[in-house]
Amino acid sequence: MNLLNVEKLKLGYDGKTVVKDLSFSVNQGDFVAIVGENGSGKTTLIKGILGLIQRTDGKITFSDDLTKSHIGYLSQQPPFSKDFPASVREIVMSGFGGAGFFGFGYKKTQKEIARKVMDKVGISDLAGKNFSELSGGQQQRVLLCRAMCATDKLLLLDEPTSALDPVITSEFYSLVSMLNREGVSVIMVSHDVNTAVKIASHILHLGSDTYFFGTTHEYMHSDMGKRLLISDCPCDACKHRVKGENKDD
Amino acid sequence: MIEMLKYPFMVNALTVGVLIAICCALLGVVLVLKRYSMIGDGLSHVGFGALSIAAVLNLNSPIWFSLPIVMIAAFFLLRITESSRINSDAAIGVISSSALAIGVFAASINGTNINLQQYMFGSILSVGETDIAVSIVISVFVILMFILFYNKIFAITFDENFSKATGINTKLYNLAISLLTAVTIVIGMRMLGTLLISAMIIFPALTSMRLCKRFLTVIITSVMVSVFCVVAGLYTSFEVNDIPVGATIVILNLILFLIFSLISIVMRKLKK
Repeated sequence: MNLLNVEKLKLGYDGKTVVKDLSFSVNQGDFVAIVGENGSGKTTLIKGILGLIQRTDGKITFSDDLTKSHIGYLSQQPPFSKDFPASVREIVMSGFGGAGFFGFGYKKTQKEIARKVMDKVGISDLAGKNFSELSGGQQQRVLLCRAMCATDKLLLLDEPTSALDPVITSEFYSLVSMLNREGVSVIMVSHDVNTAVKIASHILHLGSDTYFFGTTHEYMHSDMGKRLLISDCPCDACKHRVKGENKDD
Repeated sequence: MIEMLKYPFMVNALTVGVLIAICCALLGVVLVLKRYSMIGDGLSHVGFGALSIAAVLNLNSPIWFSLPIVMIAAFFLLRITESSRINSDAAIGVISSSALAIGVFAASINGTNINLQQYMFGSILSVGETDIAVSIVISVFVILMFILFYNKIFAITFDENFSKATGINTKLYNLAISLLTAVTIVIGMRMLGTLLISAMIIFPALTSMRLCKRFLTVIITSVMVSVFCVVAGLYTSFEVNDIPVGATIVILNLILFLIFSLISIVMRKLKK
């Protein structure tokens, strides 16, 4: 099922065009990794999809059962002040903030969802803790939980691991992969192409004036992909090609 | 304490003071955490300028003149702070000092009987019927907003982009917060003065954040701290002659802040 359709999208800010003529679509269950050099418009694209910046041209259409409040978002840098007074539970539950219920309390069903999500991500024991006292990796897990409270359909992650160390990063990636296997579609910006091709089903590579969109396998065979990837594709066809090249040596 | 309540002007001051203290504390938590504290400071200076001009024009009720001006200023200060293209600290600083200068300039024009001292540092004698009416209305608005939309206010204060992405009208909330702040400041500055009203916004939030680590407890503690300081300040200045009430309230806030900080340091040491 088609979740998100982007057609001939043009985005920019301060009168500068960053993304132009971009078309791609995301289906249910897809894991799309957005890769590309600094300044190629990865974060701009995420903000455009979220409606945080206005598009200058083109179309972004969501499927009927995916309204704006059903997107979970995890940003690159935590935007809040370092010593923000809030417990982990308060922050996780704030994912429901846009879900239309007001007043002091949350609904029972919402509390149940929050509990399940925190179980899944492995932060149940932190629920009563003060958010600002957690480590960077724990904080990103909490914010992932908040995003999952906002959605069970589509997660938008903008370089969620840029502040984490390698071990925590790979743990975080396997967590996202797990969620994806359970049915949540993911769009993730990543600066790490080699990890992206391991976990994503589709790659969107933004270049300065061109882009690539296709399955991960197609990407590994494309010119844009070959330029950035360190390892060779392990598929049979490629092994032949590598062997062939070795013979020439 | 009961002695104090025999004087109508003290009852007026106490009513307005407590209501404004509640508003300042609630709005202050959001403003401080969103790093918008400068807006409060800027608005108090604009309020001073507006009150001075109202006095020069010989208007009967300067409040109805300065309220709209400060509310318009709140709208623009918010836009400045939200915009990434403008250096907002500097812009608000320029607006503050310009408004202050205009106010002082207006006050020095011959034939006006503005008591600069009273505008700068406030006076409980200036609290009138209008102040009571406006402060009741504004505090009902502020308290209702915090009760009805608590979850949304938390979400926006914690992470505006996320809230926006999940469909909350963050612009509307920000505008509501800054307009309510504008009204609170115009009323509060008559009692506390231009130079001291921003302390009422910032201090309670900072003080309660020393010890409270949850949003809800921070809000509740801020209100308690704020109300305590106003009541104790009014009482002290009533009992001891010639003590200005505004300064007393701010000093009480400072003392509480230091006590809370000390307890927080001791508690952290004990944990280790």
